[in-house]
Amino acid sequence: MESLKAEGVKDVFGIPGGANLPIYDAVVDADFRHVQVRHEQGGGHAAEGYARASGRVGVAFATSGPGATNLITAIADAMLDSTPTVFITGQVRTDLIGTDGFQEADILGATLPFVKHSFQVTDARQIPEYVHEAFHVASTGRPGPVLLDIPTDLSRADIDYEPRTEPVNLPGYKPSTEGNIKQIRIAAKALANARRPIFYTGGGVINANASEELRELVGSDSFPVTSTLMGLGAFPASHENWLGMLGMHGTYTANHAMDKADLIVAIGARFDDRITGKLEEFAPHAKVIHIDIDPAEISKNVGAHIPIVGDVKLVLPKLTREYRALQTDSSRLDPWWETLRGWQQEHPLFYEPGVDGEIKPQFMIEALHRATNGDAIVTSDVGQHQMWTAQYYGFDKPRRWINSGGLGTMGFGLPAAIGAKVACPDETVVCVAGDGSLIMNVQEFATCVSENIAVKVFLMNNGYMGMVRQWQELFWDRRYSAVEMGASPDWVKLAEAFGATGMRCENSADLEGTMVKALETEGPVLVDVRVAAEENCYPMIPPGNAARDLVEAPGLVR
Amino acid sequence: MEAGTPQAVKLEDLHLPGQLSGRKHVLSIMVENKPGVLARVAGLFSRRGFNIDTLAVGPTDDPSISRVTLTLDGAVQPIDQVTKQLHKLINVLKIRDMEPEETVAREMALFKVSSAVENRAEIIQFAEIFRGKIVDVARRTMTIEVTGSADKIEAFERMVRPHGLVEMVRTGEIAIARGAD
Repeated sequence: MESLKAEGVKDVFGIPGGANLPIYDAVVDADFRHVQVRHEQGGGHAAEGYARASGRVGVAFATSGPGATNLITAIADAMLDSTPTVFITGQVRTDLIGTDGFQEADILGATLPFVKHSFQVTDARQIPEYVHEAFHVASTGRPGPVLLDIPTDLSRADIDYEPRTEPVNLPGYKPSTEGNIKQIRIAAKALANARRPIFYTGGGVINANASEELRELVGSDSFPVTSTLMGLGAFPASHENWLGMLGMHGTYTANHAMDKADLIVAIGARFDDRITGKLEEFAPHAKVIHIDIDPAEISKNVGAHIPIVGDVKLVLPKLTREYRALQTDSSRLDPWWETLRGWQQEHPLFYEPGVDGEIKPQFMIEALHRATNGDAIVTSDVGQHQMWTAQYYGFDKPRRWINSGGLGTMGFGLPAAIGAKVACPDETVVCVAGDGSLIMNVQEFATCVSENIAVKVFLMNNGYMGMVRQWQELFWDRRYSAVEMGASPDWVKLAEAFGATGMRCENSADLEGTMVKALETEGPVLVDVRVAAEENCYPMIPPGNAARDLVEAPGLVR
Repeated sequence: MEAGTPQAVKLEDLHLPGQLSGRKHVLSIMVENKPGVLARVAGLFSRRGFNIDTLAVGPTDDPSISRVTLTLDGAVQPIDQVTKQLHKLINVLKIRDMEPEETVAREMALFKVSSAVENRAEIIQFAEIFRGKIVDVARRTMTIEVTGSADKIEAFERMVRPHGLVEMVRTGEIAIARGAD
């Protein structure tokens, strides 16, 4: 506990059990807030939401065995989205390890493929050092999850505690942050010669807190910007250089710009398959500058002509300085902008408006933007509602959009919203949920109520697991299989059963008003919004296709 | 203008280095001697779909450090990506991609060969030619220890196989840089 305090921990999410009783005994007297969640997965996602909203390390506790295995999804999620988190699990007594003891699970072994690092304590005196190292590893370099597994006999042992505040010295862990200045100069010169450049930015910009630096660089000329799902908000969606999100459900302009670009500047992004589509046909005319803190991401999926390994917060200002020094003529980009503006005009995001009060899901997100002045912290689950939120909310600031991008974890939204609200109690925190997803961690409403965490959940209820239904419709001859959610449960009653406020909205005319009312209501609120059931999410690059094969409307899918 | 930075960078002059080297690589990996480190290394290979040809692990002159030597086929494995992924493991301290000309690499193998009276002399002769050692003789078999490059061990295997190879075991290559490090 003293070790956690030394790391500046203010909030922890977790559930006690047999093997972490000593830890929970110390929680009674601890200086930090402990949020008692209702399922360890929820605690893990809450820790992620906390970290993503605040930039501080998120911490979750679980007991051994099932407690620990319930954390696994959250650990994997934090790994794929590079979320700084420390997970502390209880373990059976040292003398029981390896005997298949009660509630024993080899959590260290089980999580090896998706932790940034992990520790198993074998001597109580290691605890202060390991905690210090765990927080260092989780929060520096490319952030990620660190697991600390503590057998119960060691967590209860009395040790002479000495706070560890000296810099961590891990000989095998020295992230390079500065960026090679020669490479940065070459990059600046390549940019100066580019006629059709595009900035493709990712979650790394947000992790590095480098939004300002990105804006500076973009402003050093008139460079067009797109971003991944994870990078939304790093560059303001209301900025004139913004082309919208790219990738499978990205805009026509962003995807075609990548396809036609002669130079891609990838910043804190990793060329995931949801971005590239068919890899062999990805950005066929482009040379690539790739800036990333993780050298292993460079040339992993798409070869980098100019690799720059470093912290984007440090690299971008240098690139800006070098580029400005070249005093380029920005009119060389005019023809490119003419093309881009043409695409934007001819191929904007669009949907058929609902008739007779029908609520289109896209309209719901636009209404949410208005109701929250576009300034809420928004979490989401995974599926159609997630993509529509990404497309239509228009994030202007970093750390306002918290979703499960890499792992695509349904049920992420509600617990992540809890974490975000605990981290930022003065902000409006809303969760855009899907009816397929919300029920996967619906137990966390009990956490909201008992801990008085006022998150507002807007359920995009279409009675389906919508994205899976969309794929079955488009690619599996509309043979719907196990995607119907029906009308159950009665979400309003469910919210009320938990002690939260439940509301329902079935008419587009009432929607914004209901949303405002929900936002003004004290405590946690669930709004069941009945939206058009079989709306599809467009644009869409059919899986395995190239970006230029993007489909904009129904009927055009091959 | 800084030395080494070209005056102008034309996009058409930018090229990608090849991903595959096309030759065998010997990686020498210094790791912390801690429990579970080998599982991390081995797990990384299986998870990323990298195939290891041989793997040898042992202590070094420093008891806190172990040395993992592994060989990979650079014709099918992207060595650069392999080493970068290995470097991400916090227990991995140092990786060397050993240059073949500057490296002494050795492997040991034990061959159990069926040796009837009539071919025993010939097998002993092979062992002598290959500077092998006969480490065990039984009524029907003979066990020979051979040390050398992987090629030499494979050559010995070809020689004795026709006589009836009962069993064989190889350590996998270990390697050390020539001369002053």
